Amino acid sequence: MKDPYETLGVARTASDAEIKSAFKKLARKFHPDLHPDDKEAEARFKDISAAHDLLKDPEKRRRFDAGEIDASGAERPQQRYYREYADGPGYTSHAAQDGFASNEDLEEFLARAFGGMGAGMGGGGSRRQSSATFKARGQDVSYTLPVTFLEAATGAKRTITLPDGKTLQVTIPEGAEDRQMLRLKGQGMPGFGGGPAGDAYVELHLAPHAFFQRKDDNIHVEVPVTLKEAVLGGRIEVPTITGPVTMTVPKGSNTGTTLRLRDKGVRNRKTGVAGHQIVTLKVVLPEGDEPELAAFLESWKPKHPDDPRKEMLS
Amino acid sequence: MMGIEELVNEIAALQRADLEAWIAETLVSPEEEAGAPVFPEMECARVRLICTLRYDLEIEAETLPVVLSLMDQLYDTRARLNSLTAAVAAQDESVREAILKAMGRE
Repeated sequence: MKDPYETLGVARTASDAEIKSAFKKLARKFHPDLHPDDKEAEARFKDISAAHDLLKDPEKRRRFDAGEIDASGAERPQQRYYREYADGPGYTSHAAQDGFASNEDLEEFLARAFGGMGAGMGGGGSRRQSSATFKARGQDVSYTLPVTFLEAATGAKRTITLPDGKTLQVTIPEGAEDRQMLRLKGQGMPGFGGGPAGDAYVELHLAPHAFFQRKDDNIHVEVPVTLKEAVLGGRIEVPTITGPVTMTVPKGSNTGTTLRLRDKGVRNRKTGVAGHQIVTLKVVLPEGDEPELAAFLESWKPKHPDDPRKEMLS
Repeated sequence: MMGIEELVNEIAALQRADLEAWIAETLVSPEEEAGAPVFPEMECARVRLICTLRYDLEIEAETLPVVLSLMDQLYDTRARLNSLTAAVAAQDESVREAILKAMGRE
């Protein structure tokens, strides 16, 4: 803490009356409750009253002058000033209604302009009237949020930063749908006069996935299999929305064969029941030359010779 | 919440008789709990302010209600102005511009 004489702007030889007078002048100038808009008033007044507390007490002043104590012993604990409450949302007026002009006309005008939202107009008469401030709910705001296919399918938490620097926590529910609207209660514009804040509406925009497609609660995916896997069958690894799983390809599968992975779809938001993943197989021939395969097919005599195009040509 | 006793103990300069007089004059408005007055935080801050005015700034007991009444009107007006400012700020830009323009014309 600064030197208390300096804080009060008095000489070290100042009389008690001079100290008192200096304090009164500074308190008038810097008491936070008398200067509600002065942000520095609080810090200034804290120093001023601490200096006064020390110098107004002859014993403390003598010990400070003798160097026995320093100024820090006189520091005041943090106190909350009246202005914080009077300018705050829970303010209830102390102002007497009798004999003073009131701003009722302004409030009535506002209440009409805002469609009767201005509830709680003071009745007047009693000193401690019910809240006389205009109250209204803050405005709603809306945003769009691009989400990936997988975030929507399995649910996710996302933090979005708004243009004003404020951040919003958005929980994307499992099985969220494109253009689904989420309502974040109380995350809109602040209310005024102690009214509640508005809501934030977040519209989800789902991006398509490279290979998954969603139909209702089912996930559809086309999975390539080799000729060998299709003919001989086997266990293959396939992707699902929650990670790869192993599934069995039956012997003699074909392009277009569909297999079902139970409960590997999207959980329905209403019923809580998960859909399935529908895997459609697609047989792919090996890339590059396979002379042995060609040689085998040359000599191969099918047991069930059939023209796959016969229905198209008849 | 603080009772009369706690407040008198917390604020060194505060005289119990003065506090009781201020309550009687409705300069402070405590709530009541089990028949005894109790002070919510805002009223405690108000009592501290009145103490500064009365004891440090030596405002006369007769003048004190005038000072407080003016101050209360100031805070009421501030509360209304804040509401109005917030209401204006929540409007579309065109409305805000129209209001600013109209104010400038005064």
